[in-house]
Amino acid sequence: MKKSGAALLVIVAAASIAAPVVAPNDPNSRFPDLLYAPPSELHLSSSGPYIYTQRLISRLERKFEDDRSRPVPIRFLTAGRLMTTTERSTPLLLLGADGYGRDIFARLLYGGRATLAVALIATLGAACLGALIGGICGQASGWLDTALSRFSEFVLVLPTIYVALALRAVMPLVLPPPTVFLLLTGIFTLLGWPIVARGVRAIVLAERERDYVLAARAAGAGPLRLLAHHLLPAAGGYVRTQASLLLPAFILAEATMSFIGLGFPSTTATWGTMLQEASNVALLGDAPWTLAPAVAIFLVVLGVNIVVRDVARPV
Amino acid sequence: MMARFLIRRTTFALLLILVSSSAALLLTRLAPGDLTTELGPHATRAEIAAARARFDLDRPPLDQWRLWASRALRFDLGQSMAYGRPVAPLVARAAANSAVLGFTALLVATVLGLSLGIFTGSSRKGVAVSVIRAASVACLSLPPLVTSLLLVFVAARTGWLPLGGMTTTATLAPTWGAWIADVAAHLPLPVMALALPLSATFERLQSQAIGETLHQPFVAAATARGVSRQSAILHHAWPVSLRAICAIYGIVIGALLSGSFVVEYVTAWPGLGRLMYDALKARDIYLVAGCATAGASFLAVGTLIGDLLLAAVDPRVREESAR
Repeated sequence: MKKSGAALLVIVAAASIAAPVVAPNDPNSRFPDLLYAPPSELHLSSSGPYIYTQRLISRLERKFEDDRSRPVPIRFLTAGRLMTTTERSTPLLLLGADGYGRDIFARLLYGGRATLAVALIATLGAACLGALIGGICGQASGWLDTALSRFSEFVLVLPTIYVALALRAVMPLVLPPPTVFLLLTGIFTLLGWPIVARGVRAIVLAERERDYVLAARAAGAGPLRLLAHHLLPAAGGYVRTQASLLLPAFILAEATMSFIGLGFPSTTATWGTMLQEASNVALLGDAPWTLAPAVAIFLVVLGVNIVVRDVARPV
Repeated sequence: MMARFLIRRTTFALLLILVSSSAALLLTRLAPGDLTTELGPHATRAEIAAARARFDLDRPPLDQWRLWASRALRFDLGQSMAYGRPVAPLVARAAANSAVLGFTALLVATVLGLSLGIFTGSSRKGVAVSVIRAASVACLSLPPLVTSLLLVFVAARTGWLPLGGMTTTATLAPTWGAWIADVAAHLPLPVMALALPLSATFERLQSQAIGETLHQPFVAAATARGVSRQSAILHHAWPVSLRAICAIYGIVIGALLSGSFVVEYVTAWPGLGRLMYDALKARDIYLVAGCATAGASFLAVGTLIGDLLLAAVDPRVREESAR
């Protein structure tokens, strides 16, 4: 069971990293006659898989029909891609097309890169910062400990999305993608560390009185060495668990921020910006494939939940 | 003992409201651009200066905060620029809408989660237990953003539920009964979107807690005295296991607020989330602060209730804080 969760995560991560190879099309190329086109139907013949060209019948109703007269073969390992068609008029759309006629599957893979990168870096940052501050709190009792503990207790009860929203909204609303990347990772790190710090502090406080730490101190280890070599390693398991809970939370946070238009600009493919397509209620019923990023988010969160089982916590 | 605990937690709650609303005000003030962009590109310099003066934007930030805080203490939250109306009734209305949604979702999630959790935690292996457990892990992985979009999709396909909003425009001047029926028809979709992941959280926690409690000697002793298994679960083990649930109620309120923001956004529920989002984008400074005050009040009341529940089921909490 645990392995299937890990396998799920590895597949999603690997597909995102290898996006340029796995994606059949460029994520930003538009097929103007294929707006909201449904996924290509795969057929199989003795000479390999093939698809039909989707002909637009009614632009208004977004109706398509397969041109059965001429099959278009799918080629493997050509033009640096795993599988694709060589004809520009008949792209292989595994998950259909969005409102601009762009390949949703390709955008999902490229979007996974942005979303997962933000979440991973923010998780790493929050875990490190949290472990450090928690460690210092546990070591240095007194006013510093009290102040940091109170602050983390305070941040912990705040609703994450509102704080992220407020922090992001007070920046200029339109920013280039790299700046957004830094901004989002920064905001998420700031919101995530208190959860880690709280637990690390408790662990460090408990471990401080254990014999092995006392022995190290008696042998002349300074507070920094004690922290780095004895106390923080004791909290390692806890930090790892918390990090694996922060990761899905940050994936969701990026998706939410970009979804409401305060994250990445909509030209950049991320799971959040892609979901904007699905927010059009009138079209959603006819083009369910625009929900693909929601499914991707579900799969990643599910993978994490299976791996860190028996830890129930609201996302 | 209890009094000191109450005072400590109430102070924390009041501080939460004060700090959140002040931070929201100052953040909006320090943000680039201000609400005069709402006047459009053709506004004269005099008009802009007049608008700035009207919203105290010509004063230093701390002065503005002091003025706002002294008025807020008298329940005057200032004016909204974008709506051209006092902030207080706007916020009150949105907060009421959010409260209806959040409270219903919390109620549904608690009842559903706890009852299923007691069942799965106390029964031996079986098909029903496995199904509930699997459904629970799946729902735990469905954040409100995903559930709300999926439910809107299902509603769009089937037409079983209204797609969004809180009321239908057709019933603009209805009787009270018709209005309530209209809201009730719009309520299930956002409530489900919010309650599904939350009830899964409760189910998992309750299941673990009651499973652990059932192994404790006092439950075995009760069973040995001839208490039926059902009574041992419900009257002996369950009250003790509630500690785990109450301990996270405070955090759940925060998650509920976060979740309801997304759900309100997707389903066009006219609540606090949407109001605050629009206010932030328009730099409508007093409306932002008003929304933050209302949101923080919800949070404060929620954590306070969570603390009280925890103190009620776990005497150690009361005594620890008294020390």
